[in-house]
Order: sequence, then structure tokens, then C-alpha cells
Amino acid sequence: MAPHLNSVQHHALAARRAIADCGIAKSAIDGYVSTSGGGPGAGDDAVSMAEYLGVNHRYIDGTMVGGSSFEFHVQHAAAAIKEGLCDTVLVTYGSDQLTRMGRVLGTGGFQRDAQPVAGAMQMATPYGLPLVGAYALAARRHMHEFGTTSEQLAEIAVGVREFAGLNPDARYSDPITVGDVVNSRMIADPLHKLDCCVITDGGGALVLTTEEIARDLRHAPIYVLGAAGTQTHWNIHQMPDFTEMGAAVCGPEAMGQAGVTPGDIDTAQLYDSFTITVLLMLEGLGFCGKGEGGAYVTEGHLRRGGSMPTNTDGGGLSSNHPGMRGIFLLIEAVRQIRGDAGEAQVPDAEVALACGSGGWLSAIGTVILGKDRPS
Amino acid sequence: MRVVRDLEWQGPVPAGEGEYGEFFAAAAEGRLLIQQCPQCGNRQHYPRALCTACAAVPEWMEAAGTGTVYTYTIVRQYGVPAFAELPYVLAMVDLPEGVRMFGGITGIDPEAVEVGMPVTAYARTYDDTHAMVFWEPSQ
Repeated sequence: MAPHLNSVQHHALAARRAIADCGIAKSAIDGYVSTSGGGPGAGDDAVSMAEYLGVNHRYIDGTMVGGSSFEFHVQHAAAAIKEGLCDTVLVTYGSDQLTRMGRVLGTGGFQRDAQPVAGAMQMATPYGLPLVGAYALAARRHMHEFGTTSEQLAEIAVGVREFAGLNPDARYSDPITVGDVVNSRMIADPLHKLDCCVITDGGGALVLTTEEIARDLRHAPIYVLGAAGTQTHWNIHQMPDFTEMGAAVCGPEAMGQAGVTPGDIDTAQLYDSFTITVLLMLEGLGFCGKGEGGAYVTEGHLRRGGSMPTNTDGGGLSSNHPGMRGIFLLIEAVRQIRGDAGEAQVPDAEVALACGSGGWLSAIGTVILGKDRPS
Repeated sequence: MRVVRDLEWQGPVPAGEGEYGEFFAAAAEGRLLIQQCPQCGNRQHYPRALCTACAAVPEWMEAAGTGTVYTYTIVRQYGVPAFAELPYVLAMVDLPEGVRMFGGITGIDPEAVEVGMPVTAYARTYDDTHAMVFWEPSQ
């Protein structure tokens, strides 16, 4: 929680730190990509923030697809730079969600009064569908089709908490067990409290630029090897198959661009809004077969020292989730490849995957980052 | 489709703009509507101004009002006063006509709901001329 900052200030703090970290002249920034983290009335939409930050852009993108917006932003910014529309793009995010709203988001829903609900949400919201309930529908179907258990889903939360214990800034860092998760309060069957992400404030920023410019900056560049996104639905009630998310489309596409296969990925940063989100993502990305996610996570692959250390910053389940977590997946992927991840460092991490989920398992974006120049 | 008219609905209501209005108005008359495309035969729900498969103008079609539970959740915590009576069941229901519909399931112990369970639609009015569609176990 950071009650001294509003959403705009979170954007600004992150921008300041990212610019200082990479050592670029602020005047060199000629592209700006962002979306509002504070929501209506926060004044942190892309054009307002471009003005506030003093970025006179040649390229702007305010794509808003929920939590995965930043994976889409990287896709767009990389294409814009490649096409010569601009040279250096600043991406920012900021949200004072916890300070502003308290912990009502997950179980308080979007519609807290009796105002008529417009658009496709009117087919669900009037029935009292909480955010957690939407993901619970997917979890239940996966359990039905594949025999996945609550204990297997809990394994994901336990592994992420282990990494959170190495992050002094994580919201929760005390170790938990599978028993702790399945015995925590049931929110919407079959999802328990500890199957759900935390609610925090926060912000983040990225700087993307040409290889030529990057050569003169403070850090060795991290390369965008692949970036792809897709949308299968927006509202949960329109999800075509509740056991399959768009990661099955954009994951292989991004890996194809990068010329890598799941076995080449050293660490994965997967959007863990809920444990089921990670499970569906692992299957969609091809880290395991469809329906095999439960067994896969139980084998410990996601843990520290496992074959696919996942959410090494403690993730949304334990570290932070200010509403749209996608930017933190990219930041942690960069930290890992730079070798800056401290005790959570994956040895010799050279290729990292970030996969974001926006909406209700709806808009999925996958980005592959690498230490080495793409061939 | 049975219509329950004696309910004082406390929750948020559908706005019923555009094509949605016909769906909720028909429900209040006991008819469960989906859309069918006269050009390609595609069936869809929720109602729209175009066929999502071929972009032609869809037509209304009355569904039988039966279905099976595709997936469900039991909501046990929700900080909205209108939904203070917990727990309750929300589900996706597969209709034999080929569309899937979201709604509440009532008339059963929440713990007894199962995927694949046959259910029957009924309507609950939220004003004089509009109703939301709910489901209950088939007899």
C-alpha cells in the first residue's frame, strides 16, 4: 500500500526510475504507450499521462485489454520502432487501487449499486457474478473434464509464495502449504481465498528502443524476441471453451517468432490472478499437455530450482496486484535475464517468457525476452 | 417457460438497450429467445445486430427452455448488499439448440449441483414487462 501516491504519481515514479535506470535522455523519448490503471476519473489515461510526463510523442498507443495490456503494448511498441514510427517508447503503469477502493475488487464486483447494467455484462452482472466467480467457472470445468484437484491448484499458490519469501517488497511472504490453501475460506467454489491474487497499489515502467540507441545506455539490452496477442472473448460467458485460453494461439506464435520452444524457456512469468489462470496458461503455452496441468505443477516444475521457475517475484498471488499486473511480468523477466533477481535468480537465465491475461481469461498476450540478439 | 411475477428484485437490472430489450421482454412472456442466422444458420446468444459468423442480420428463434449444466460456481462471498443471501449458484448452461447461456440455478441445495445436470429455464420479472432467465433442476 502506498497511500502517499495516486495513480498518476505511480506512473510518474515508475517513469522516473525506469529512465534513470537505463540512462536514456528523457528528451529522446518519442513514443508513449500506456493505459489507465486508476480507472475513470483518475486522469491517468494515455494522452493525459503523455502530457503530465512531458512526452511529445510521434507514436502513441492506449490499448486497453485488461491486465495483459502491457504484453500487447510491447508487441505494438516493438513493431512501431521496427517500422520507424518512433525510436524510443516509454510504457508506464500506475494504480492506487488498494488505497482508493480497499479490498472490494475481487469479491465486491464492478456493480455495487442497483444501476442498470448495459452491454453484454447485463447477461451476467445482474445475477451477482463476482470476479472470482468467473474464474471459478473455468476451474470447475477443468476439474470436471480432467480430474484436476484443489490440491493441485494450491500447489501453484504454494510455489509462488516460496518466491515471495525472497522478495522483501512482497505483500505476503510467510510460507504456506497446500493445506493452508485448501483450508482457506471458500470464496466461489472451487476457488479459495489463497487461490486468489492480492490487492495492492503499484506502478511500473519499461523503455523500449532501437539496438543502436540501447548500445549507449547503462545496461546490456534485453531483446524482444517475440510478441503476440489474441482475444477469444471478453465477457466470461462468451468464453468458447472454459478449459482453453488464447495462450494456445499467441504462445506458439510468439515462440515461433523467437525461434524457441517451451524447452528453451528458462523462466516464466505468468499472470496469476488466480491459480487456475496459471494452470490454463501452462497448458496453452505447451509447457504440458492439455489437461495435464495439475500433474505438471505437482511435479514441482514451477518451484525454485524447478525446470520452469515461475513468478519469481512472488507473483500476483503473493507479491502485488494493483489491478493490471502485466507490466510486472515483463519487469521480472528483465530482472531475471539481467541477473538482477537476487536470491530468486534462475541460474543462467537467458530466455524468459511473460504471458498476461486480460479481462476474464479473455485477451492473452505473450512476450519472449532474450539476452542474445535475435538471429 | 414458467414466469415468476411476484418477486421484488433488489439487484442490479439489465439495461435492455438495443437487441437486449427483446430478449428480456420475451422472457417476461415466457419465451426464451436466442438468435439464428437466416443466411448461414449460425445460432448465437447474447443477442446482437449481426451474425458473428457471416455478418447477416440474425432472426429470433424460441428455444425449448431446457439445458444441461456446462460449469457452475457456488458464490460464498460477495460484498454487494443485493446479494447478501449466500450461498447461491451461478452456471453456464448448454442449450440443445447449440448456444450456451449464463444464469442462476435455484431450487436445489447448492452442494447438489453437478456438471451435466439437466435444468429447465424459468423467468423472474424485474419490472412489469421484463424478466431475467434462471434455471432449476428438471423434473
